[in-house]
Amino acid sequence: MSNEAVAAHAHHEDYLAHKGFRSWALTLDHKRIGVMYLFTTLFFFLTGGVLALLLRLKLLTPGPALFTDHTYNVLFTMHGVMMIFLFIIPAIPSSLGNFFIPLLIGARDVAFPRLNLLSYYVFLAGIVVTIGSLVSPMDTGWTFYTPYSARTGAAITTLTLGLFLVGMSSVLTGLNFIVTIHTLRAPGMSWYRMPLFIWAMYATSVIQVLSTPVIAITLLLLAAERLFGVGFFDPAKGGDPLLFQHFFWFYSHPVVYVMILPAMGIISEVIPVFARKPIFGYRAIAYSALAIAFIGFLVWGHHMFVSGMSTTAGVIFSFLTFFVAVPTGVKIFNWIATLYRGSIALDSPMLWALAFIFLFIIGGLTGLFLGALAVDVHVHDTYFLVAHFHYTMMGGTVMGLFAGLHYWYPKISGKMLNERLAKIAWCLIVPGFNITFFPMFILGVQGMPRRWAEYPEKYQGLNTLATVGSWILAAGIIIMFVNFWRSLHRGATAPANPWQGNTLEWQISSPPPEENFEVIPTIHEWPYNYGTDRRAHDGEHHRQA
Amino acid sequence: MASTTDKHNEAPSGAHKEAPVSARLGIWTFLATELLLFGGLFTAYAQFRGMYPELFHLQHLKLSRPLGALNTVVLLTSSLTMAVAIGAVRRARQKTMNLCLMLTLALAGVFLVIKYIEWSHDFAEGIFPKTNIFWGLYFVMTGLHGLHVVGGMAVLAALIVLARKDRINAEHSAPVEVFGLYWHFVDLIWIYLFPLLYLIG
Ligand code: HEM
Ligand SMILES: [Cu+2]
Repeated sequence: MSNEAVAAHAHHEDYLAHKGFRSWALTLDHKRIGVMYLFTTLFFFLTGGVLALLLRLKLLTPGPALFTDHTYNVLFTMHGVMMIFLFIIPAIPSSLGNFFIPLLIGARDVAFPRLNLLSYYVFLAGIVVTIGSLVSPMDTGWTFYTPYSARTGAAITTLTLGLFLVGMSSVLTGLNFIVTIHTLRAPGMSWYRMPLFIWAMYATSVIQVLSTPVIAITLLLLAAERLFGVGFFDPAKGGDPLLFQHFFWFYSHPVVYVMILPAMGIISEVIPVFARKPIFGYRAIAYSALAIAFIGFLVWGHHMFVSGMSTTAGVIFSFLTFFVAVPTGVKIFNWIATLYRGSIALDSPMLWALAFIFLFIIGGLTGLFLGALAVDVHVHDTYFLVAHFHYTMMGGTVMGLFAGLHYWYPKISGKMLNERLAKIAWCLIVPGFNITFFPMFILGVQGMPRRWAEYPEKYQGLNTLATVGSWILAAGIIIMFVNFWRSLHRGATAPANPWQGNTLEWQISSPPPEENFEVIPTIHEWPYNYGTDRRAHDGEHHRQA
Repeated sequence: MASTTDKHNEAPSGAHKEAPVSARLGIWTFLATELLLFGGLFTAYAQFRGMYPELFHLQHLKLSRPLGALNTVVLLTSSLTMAVAIGAVRRARQKTMNLCLMLTLALAGVFLVIKYIEWSHDFAEGIFPKTNIFWGLYFVMTGLHGLHVVGGMAVLAALIVLARKDRINAEHSAPVEVFGLYWHFVDLIWIYLFPLLYLIG
């Protein structure tokens, strides 16, 4: 990147220059829309987190305390729904994806900016309806299995409508990204010169677009069931509850990859920058994203081992499930190979990336236990499962999100974070996380079922430990957010490229100008040529057209 | 779904006669999602038909084949007028396009009126979605399809207004072309629904 181009941007207005409510509410700028998504989803992360702390507080002691069993059901349903549908599914794609996809491919915006804003408002509408329904005590868990969900008195119909809207927003966003990545790449950016975050987002968008309609129709059928009394899922009326589960998991399993793939994309960006090495196995990482997306559609049945499905089907699903582990393993291998003999800089984004790898490996391996038919029947619906999915979702995706937030914070806000505070937060969150969730594996093996508000004495020790862990975790998260907020006002001004990255977003000022690029850059090679001998050539990587 | 690329993203070379790649790719992706949405219903249909063949046979006899057939003709015709509208806009025949869009809108209206007659007839006979699985499927499938027709009519009305203001023309034809694909899709779904529900039940 030539310095003249940076200078040329210096007097150009950055995307945050305009102030006022209208300039945000009516914006078509993908960066602002990304920021709005970021605030919205993080809000639900924090709210869902407070609920989690309440749940853990209740489990501090075995007996009745604090609130009733029913309240417990309501709270874990709210926690699950918020975390899954309002936070983790949209979090990375809609916020960081929106902000960085156009920047990373050298485009001025996404393909359909108006559609982009529309999908934000559809998301908001979905949130309002969802929250509205959660106010009525909802106790089905986030999977709302029929026939219970078709009969319970809670506002399931409203909830399904809300989630339908949230899903629609996610389809529109995915569609927008697919078209953007196909049509708006800068000249010279062939598919193999795309940053890996883009590959990940592409695979994610494909899953979103192909699986969300299935949950949409499922929710519509559930609504029809409740409103008009059709009995598709109700055995009493000749319907088939397994049909619901098939539909539900046909969506919800692939969606696990909507949760994890974007985080993997972030890790693939962060690691080469902070190891100062070219990423190892670029194509393998790129293809494995697509492979995960593809296989992800074939394995939904592993959620239904105990549902009365045929044994043959069970064995097939079990086998296919192991298969997904292959591309995932490929990625992890490649990251570690990249780290190997790198000159590693332990800045905060890298620390989060390392936490991701460590925790996600635990989550992934225990997933294999669950995927193995025989074991799963034993630990199914115990705390083993709760530990597993928190390790993958929080230990994986959320750590990936944190890596992304620390990595791109200077670009988004134009300010540097306080590294010391960031590291203190890390030192609380990573151990706190393990203290909270690791005991749950043991509890699960010992047989403590999930979704219990009270439990036998013998499980007390580990439960108390987990609850104390959740406090440490919470303290770390508070410090991290204080850091985000504080740095907005007091942070040092960020240079264009604080981490010496090669991808395009670092070649423009921080925060980026409104139109991203004065001149659309022409790409001559892939972005991962790090290493001392390459430094001299830095200026040639993304020479301007 | 009928949105087009925003101005500031287009290549500076500007005007293109055909709908831009992005618009076409966008609508095809959207239609893929629609296909999956209806796919769920077709799966449910297959499942329950397999479970209750006699029920399906007995119940489907209560549907009016003549009305169903008439509606098929109406919808197919509207697909034709839509195709003519697209041909017209490409050749800058503004008037023909306008006329055809309005015809399409009118035919869509006729389709819904006939559907309304069928449904109210059913209700009068005491047949409701909860009567049994067949009717549940029937009302949900035709209902969702009907909602797609209603949505299509709203977009058609918007297109007609835009055409009046000369916002749609040979240079800028993407909205009509893209909507045409959607409309053919709605037609296509009906072409599956009609035999499944009315003919082979
Ligand atoms: C702040 C740390 C968190 C703590 C302490 C925590 C704690 C808990 C607890 C105690 C339960 C109830 C388990 C049961 O009784 O079966 C639960 C359920 C759940 N959590 Fe978390 N959680 C945290 C973060 C997250 C995150 C970040 C996500 C997802 C992104 C998440 C997703 C879920 C889901 C999906 C459920 C299942 C709800 C259900 O059974 O319907 N949690 N969590
Ligand atoms: Cu799964």
